[in-house]
Amino acid sequence: MSLVLMSSSAAPDTAQGDAARKSLARFVRPGLGLLLPVALAIFWEIAVYVGWSNGRLIPPPSIIFNTFAELWGTGELQSHSLATLARVALGFVSGVVAGTVLGAITGYSGLSHRLVDPTLQALRSIPSIAWVPLFILWFGIFEASKIILIAVGVFFPVYLGVMGAVMSVDRKIVEVGRVFRLSGFEMVRRILLPAVLPAYVLSLRAGLGLGWMFVVAAEFLGASQGLGFLLIDGQQLGKPATIVAAIVAFAILGKATDTLLAVATAPFLRWEDRFART
Amino acid sequence: MLVLNRVGKTYPNGVRAVDGVSIEVELGEIVAIVGGSGCGKSTLLRAVSGLDQPTHGQVLLDGIPINAPHEQIGIVFQEPRLLPWLTVADNVGFGLDHRPKEERERRVAAQLERVGLTDKAKVWPRELSGGQAQRVALARALVTRPEVLLLDEPFSALDAFTRVDLQDHLLDLWNDTKPTLVVVTHDVDEAIVLADRVVVMRPHPGRLEDEIVIDLPRPRDRQSAAFDFAKRRVLAALDRSLGRAASVDDRETQTAHGAQMWW
Repeated sequence: MSLVLMSSSAAPDTAQGDAARKSLARFVRPGLGLLLPVALAIFWEIAVYVGWSNGRLIPPPSIIFNTFAELWGTGELQSHSLATLARVALGFVSGVVAGTVLGAITGYSGLSHRLVDPTLQALRSIPSIAWVPLFILWFGIFEASKIILIAVGVFFPVYLGVMGAVMSVDRKIVEVGRVFRLSGFEMVRRILLPAVLPAYVLSLRAGLGLGWMFVVAAEFLGASQGLGFLLIDGQQLGKPATIVAAIVAFAILGKATDTLLAVATAPFLRWEDRFART
Repeated sequence: MLVLNRVGKTYPNGVRAVDGVSIEVELGEIVAIVGGSGCGKSTLLRAVSGLDQPTHGQVLLDGIPINAPHEQIGIVFQEPRLLPWLTVADNVGFGLDHRPKEERERRVAAQLERVGLTDKAKVWPRELSGGQAQRVALARALVTRPEVLLLDEPFSALDAFTRVDLQDHLLDLWNDTKPTLVVVTHDVDEAIVLADRVVVMRPHPGRLEDEIVIDLPRPRDRQSAAFDFAKRRVLAALDRSLGRAASVDDRETQTAHGAQMWW
């Protein structure tokens, strides 16, 4: 709070009083999160500039920015990003579809839960990267094995989220559906689906996060394109700035897709009665 | 006519919640079921609604056995149970989904006006007070014009003022189409304000203890001597049902000559 006041009083014309200060605070408050990374970046820039470090292993922000701009200029960054984005998209969609369908079925029907869930839980406890050799044998070293690996990563959080959400739908609400004699399909469409939506969106976001994690692992396996390839390339050619530039690209893409997902689903969740509104 | 024919419910763990309850309710009659906790009054109501199956006997509506929720039987629970993702209007119209849009909107608007919540049609349920939410639940149950409306302690979660208000409101709504009402309650005042007949149940297992006809004209004055007299009769029956003949509430000796004065 004091920081907000400080920065707003530091602004040139705040003599207008409360209203101006408040509207300014609205912009400054989210900006608080930038304070720490920006301060660290400036510190490192200065440290390299005055020669406390040669900055070879940890390049200063200016060099990273130049590398980023250079990669952008040659179009490399875009093509690598697109390749990675396409893999994540394909893997995410297939993982979400499988996770949603299986999660809904095992959540809804007790028999299929007893039948299928133990196997899936056992599979879940296997670190997904452990599948890589097998996937390469089965699906080759090209796109298929990568996308399947990503899909496996996305599958489990979505499956667990959907199953748990369906199972924990309030019996009292389901009874309302029964009183109005909804059919099985109607019950799913009008009661269960809307009831699980908030938990579903959370599991989608968790799945997307894992999707970005697994795309790196997949691209380490020997890709000729993609941000993961750029990472390996930077390592092999001893160019840490390229590595950091790729990491920054990952951060931007990951945050952007997550925000996109959150924004796209927000209109469906306006009814929620919850503690935190963001 | 709603008929409960020796309805009994034994839970899978062997607990006998309700045993051989027979009640006949005429169309348009208001019956209140009162009893101590655990006397199976809610279990009985759930059996009538078709949400649960009785293990013995059967429930008949106009001669048809009720084994599952029925179009002509509506229910209002203790909690409003509104669907939080639907606006108030959509909640009220939930049971009219198969009707044409125009008819649905007209009936929802009319019902919302009857419960005095026209201005809340577009808001989310989270923005309603407890009393308003229960009014919406009433509207949702009544908009399909059921022959029988079951109410399971419908106002017990509300404060005293709102409760009295909603009791009067319920009678007002009942006047529109005169459905059969079966109200489960533990509030003796509520039972006497609403009901033509008060059924007192005895616990462990739930059985009928007594039936008291409340023959007072409506609207009923909660402060009148006749009201008080009816209340004492119900309280006395309740005491008997719980096997405590000499409790403070049992002023049957007083009401014995009180009864003479009344008659």
